[in-house]
Amino acid sequence: MNTAVDTELREVSGPGALGGGRQRFFDLLWLLAVTEFKRVYFGTVLGYLWSLIRPLMLFGVLLFVFTQVFRLGSEQVEHYPVLLLLGIVLFTFFQESTTNAVTAVVSQEGVVRKTQFPRLVIPLATVLTCAFNLGLNLVVVLGFVLAFGVDPTWSWLLFPVALAFLFVFTAAVSAALSVLYVRFRDVAIIWLVVAQMLFYMTPILYPVTAFEDATKEQLLMLNPLAVIFEQVRVWVLHEPQAPTAVEAAGGVAGLIPAAVIFLGACVFAVWTFSREAPRIAEDL
Amino acid sequence: MGASFPRVSAPAIQVEDLHKSFRIPTHRVDSLKERVVRPFAARDYRELKALDGVSFEIERGEFFGIVGRNGSGKSTLLKLLASIYRVDSGTIRMAGRLAPFIELGVGFNTELSARENVVLNGVMMGLTPREARNRLDAVVEFAELGEFVDLKLKNYSSGMLVRLAFSLLLEVDADILLIDEVLAVGDAAFQQKCADAFHEMKAAGKTIVLVTHAMGSVESYCHRAMLIEGGRIRTIGAPDEVGREYLRLNFESPVAGAGADVGGARTDATVRMLDVSLVDAEGHRATAAEHGGKLRIRTRIEALRDFAGLELSYLIANPDGIAVSQWRSGVGGDPPPPIKAGERFEIETTADNLLAPGHYLVHCGINRKVEGGIALEIPAAIDFVVYGTDNHHALVALPQETVTTPYEGE
Repeated sequence: MNTAVDTELREVSGPGALGGGRQRFFDLLWLLAVTEFKRVYFGTVLGYLWSLIRPLMLFGVLLFVFTQVFRLGSEQVEHYPVLLLLGIVLFTFFQESTTNAVTAVVSQEGVVRKTQFPRLVIPLATVLTCAFNLGLNLVVVLGFVLAFGVDPTWSWLLFPVALAFLFVFTAAVSAALSVLYVRFRDVAIIWLVVAQMLFYMTPILYPVTAFEDATKEQLLMLNPLAVIFEQVRVWVLHEPQAPTAVEAAGGVAGLIPAAVIFLGACVFAVWTFSREAPRIAEDL
Repeated sequence: MGASFPRVSAPAIQVEDLHKSFRIPTHRVDSLKERVVRPFAARDYRELKALDGVSFEIERGEFFGIVGRNGSGKSTLLKLLASIYRVDSGTIRMAGRLAPFIELGVGFNTELSARENVVLNGVMMGLTPREARNRLDAVVEFAELGEFVDLKLKNYSSGMLVRLAFSLLLEVDADILLIDEVLAVGDAAFQQKCADAFHEMKAAGKTIVLVTHAMGSVESYCHRAMLIEGGRIRTIGAPDEVGREYLRLNFESPVAGAGADVGGARTDATVRMLDVSLVDAEGHRATAAEHGGKLRIRTRIEALRDFAGLELSYLIANPDGIAVSQWRSGVGGDPPPPIKAGERFEIETTADNLLAPGHYLVHCGINRKVEGGIALEIPAAIDFVVYGTDNHHALVALPQETVTTPYEGE
């Protein structure tokens, strides 16, 4: 207990999104995500399998419906089951992160009201925990990809780029939702509906080309998730008939709205979180 | 006690003209629909000034007490110091690292083991994960929880939780500690350890801010204390001086407004309460008494007019409101003799402490024995803890004597 005491007086800046130093922020983020991950998967009998069972069951049902009932997928897409599974796993990450994040700050009420704590850690730790799940699920997907006869190519190296974009977008949306929920409790319900809509507005069940209409393809490419998912299809499954995101959007200019929405979500998240963060403890 | 403190000009905390108010919405806007339907609804609020121009300085290495009644602003001040709330105006400056916990164990996740919680909370308090892991052994050892380190906290008793939290607080090596009423916890041996730890921290030059409404702990630990009332500093100075002022405030002015102490004092201004407290064998104010020892309550009063006879009455109750014991004694003797205006009395009542370990409140009253009626009534005048090694599940532990003899009848 005999460390030299720092004698310099520094002004206390009050609570904030990042308060308490960068190192502490990342240490806490990592530690919270890891402990939560461990808690969930060592606390249940089937552990990690649960996080796989859900997307796999959804996959099974949708695969049946869209190859046996509607026959939508198999004709236009060479590796429809792989495309479907990859899409579901990626979207599950987005959906789980954001829905868990909505209530994250409020459910940590005790900590928020009684300790100085970088508030942004809370939603981000939720996203990170889901990212661990995604990582494990992608290993399973890799097995499927190889089993369905998709050969590894150099473009697989670009897949992490798509993941990075997905992660940033998910984190931005999660942070904004978690802090908005403190003030407006409707956010939870609204978001359930919006997330469901986004699922259908992203080319997961169907390929972009299913519309056979350039305008509708361009409209679809307004959704940043659609752009990311389409590019994943091109990079991972490298099917000759799959258009790249640029092609689907009808040129680079067609991607500008999606880029604006993406950046807008990030800016809005940072702005709203740093605006609300100092007051979270009082508003709860 | 209030040991004198060598004044050196090295402030650890400097607070200047601090203001904080809360908007209490008269109609809370919680949903978007209400926001849309009544766009100006949010403007219906009243402003509550929690702190109104507070300035003070705490020296490095000082043990500083902040006292005040409920709603006086002391908790708000603590939350501002801990960076949980943001100041409206004014500045807070600090030197050194702050342990940002104002309540013990608040960061604990009961689904996790002690090991995981210590690391997680250590990092919250500013350690690196490596440092936190290295200190795990020391924390667990001090808390005497070695064999339970991998047990989930939901299986801990409340006493074990407090011990873990307190040990952690001591091990994080912060320069400034903010503590919100925690001293009277655990059994006698752990209390002694905490007291030793406090003295050690004092010696190591840690700055400690203790917020409480128990004057006993302020007087036994603090170098200096501050009394807050209505968001303003009322007194700042030696603990015993602040203690007297606090009692005067509690007993003389009728407690008014929302968030006042339980019930509030009632007086017809014919008797003045100078002091009422639990005391130890040396006559020092105390906040805890050991089970099996003596329970001493001392009251000092002044009559403001002539009385035919006064009777002092204490009602000891547990926090559930169940009265456990009632004491009565005549003021000036039994039966109570007539009293003249201006006469002062000190009445000390001692009893064997048969109360089971736990938390108790003493309601204090003065009755006009001859004329009838109540001259003074102070609900929850004293707040104390009984500690002991036995974990009793009843309110009182009556002294017993057991005789076993062979029985050979039918």
